[in-house]
Amino acid sequence: MPASLVRRAAAGLTALATIGLARIVTGVRGNWVGCTPAPAQRVYFANHTSHGDFVLIWTVLPQAFRSRTRPVAAADYWRADAVRRFLGADVFNAVLIDRDATARTADPIAEMAAAVDGGASLIFFPEGTRNTGEERLLPFKSGLFRLASARPALEFVPVWIENLNRVMPKGVFLPVPLLCTVTLGAPLTLAEGEERGAFLDRARAALLALSVKEVDR
Amino acid sequence: MTAGEQTLSLFLGVLAVLALASAVGWWLARRAGDEPSPGVENLNARIKAWWVMVALLAVAFLCGTGGVVLLFAFASFFALREFLTLTETRRGDHWALAAMFFVVLPVQYWLIWIDWYGLYSIFVPVYVFLLLPIVAVLRGDTTRFMVRVAEMQWGLMICVFCLSHVPALLTLDIPGYQGRELLLICFLVLVVQSSDVLQYVFGKLFGRRKVAPSLSPSKTWAGLVGGVLSASLLGAALWWITPFSVPQAFAMALVITLLGFFGGLVMSAIKRDRGVKDWGRMIEGHGGMLDRLDSVVFAAPIFFHLVRYWFTP
Repeated sequence: MPASLVRRAAAGLTALATIGLARIVTGVRGNWVGCTPAPAQRVYFANHTSHGDFVLIWTVLPQAFRSRTRPVAAADYWRADAVRRFLGADVFNAVLIDRDATARTADPIAEMAAAVDGGASLIFFPEGTRNTGEERLLPFKSGLFRLASARPALEFVPVWIENLNRVMPKGVFLPVPLLCTVTLGAPLTLAEGEERGAFLDRARAALLALSVKEVDR
Repeated sequence: MTAGEQTLSLFLGVLAVLALASAVGWWLARRAGDEPSPGVENLNARIKAWWVMVALLAVAFLCGTGGVVLLFAFASFFALREFLTLTETRRGDHWALAAMFFVVLPVQYWLIWIDWYGLYSIFVPVYVFLLLPIVAVLRGDTTRFMVRVAEMQWGLMICVFCLSHVPALLTLDIPGYQGRELLLICFLVLVVQSSDVLQYVFGKLFGRRKVAPSLSPSKTWAGLVGGVLSASLLGAALWWITPFSVPQAFAMALVITLLGFFGGLVMSAIKRDRGVKDWGRMIEGHGGMLDRLDSVVFAAPIFFHLVRYWFTP
């Protein structure tokens, strides 16, 4: 099947080029303050300000388990045309979920759980949408809790992405080179009997705590 | 000696010094055993980074004018990226910022490459100075407008305009010195950078009283005097690669090392204000591109104009 081989090779090259470009534009460095880059199965949950967010997280992950770390993304966006289908499905191997609760046929939580059962780590944006306002972090949707309830053994690692919204603000296609940092905190797990509100608050506070600027970046 | 032989012997000298530094660093680390102090580790990281920087400079020199222009254009790119990260630009500045990276920076270095002195010496301070705020104002965002524009101008002057005067030395037409202009860059970079290193060494060995405690914890009087004087003596000893006499070489070296020192203080003040210790982390042990180049940035344009005024017809 040479066609699929060509497609896979193109996907691999595109992934490398994307990571190289991310490095040149943002000089991104991973600050592993709460955990180490271990090959453990994890859900990395991050603030969401730009389409490039998961690329930056991908870039700071060791190459060995980059391909096993799949971003969770909106199906309506990443299935819209051939280029995005190629990027979403082939290059980033995204878990595509349907945001429209009335029209969808598959349960997003079940799809994420299936990816986890398949051995994948996930990149997840619990705000549910891009934050384009002045607020540091939007309230979390319930998805993070529902995933944690479905797979209680999973580790949830908070990841703060700093500055990418300045590199690529909403609605521009040309990025401005500025330094970005990706700070990875200590993993959380769902406590026995923990309520939805309590877990989401705890996760959100852990993420916000990483956003405080250190003196030495 | 021909220019090529002079450059080669200079590089061999630098390599010998680096080899000696590496040996000392290795010995210090071995003496410390299992737990080398952060100071020794930082020293070894710095020395390792010096090997890489000297190698890059050597490759650029082998490629000639084009290589040197390209090397400093990339240095400008990384410096500007670090500088603007610490500014407080807003979404409305996006096109002005993009223009700085993708238009102003390449044009400035292209003007140097084609040796158009009349334009490259006023392009940023005159044309861009006026055009950039026009690009920014068209978006209609007046919040902190003057601060934003001033920060962008400063970034361009420091990271692009001033730094581009290092390769601009190649365009100087000094009678009797044709074909050896690369050595002028060697002189500038070697004297200014060894002044930084010697200030660090003298400061570590003898430094007690701080020059500017509110600006920099590492700059001491012993470091300043010892570093600047010894680097100026080194400059005098390098007179044979320059168009200068021995006293002239000493005076030039003194001027650029002092400028380098005060440049370091100015850049420290900016970092202090923005609450960071280093400009970035791209050069292991040193910090960012601007941490390594702050002294060169302040020395290069004035060195360029002193040489141009006194040594070209």
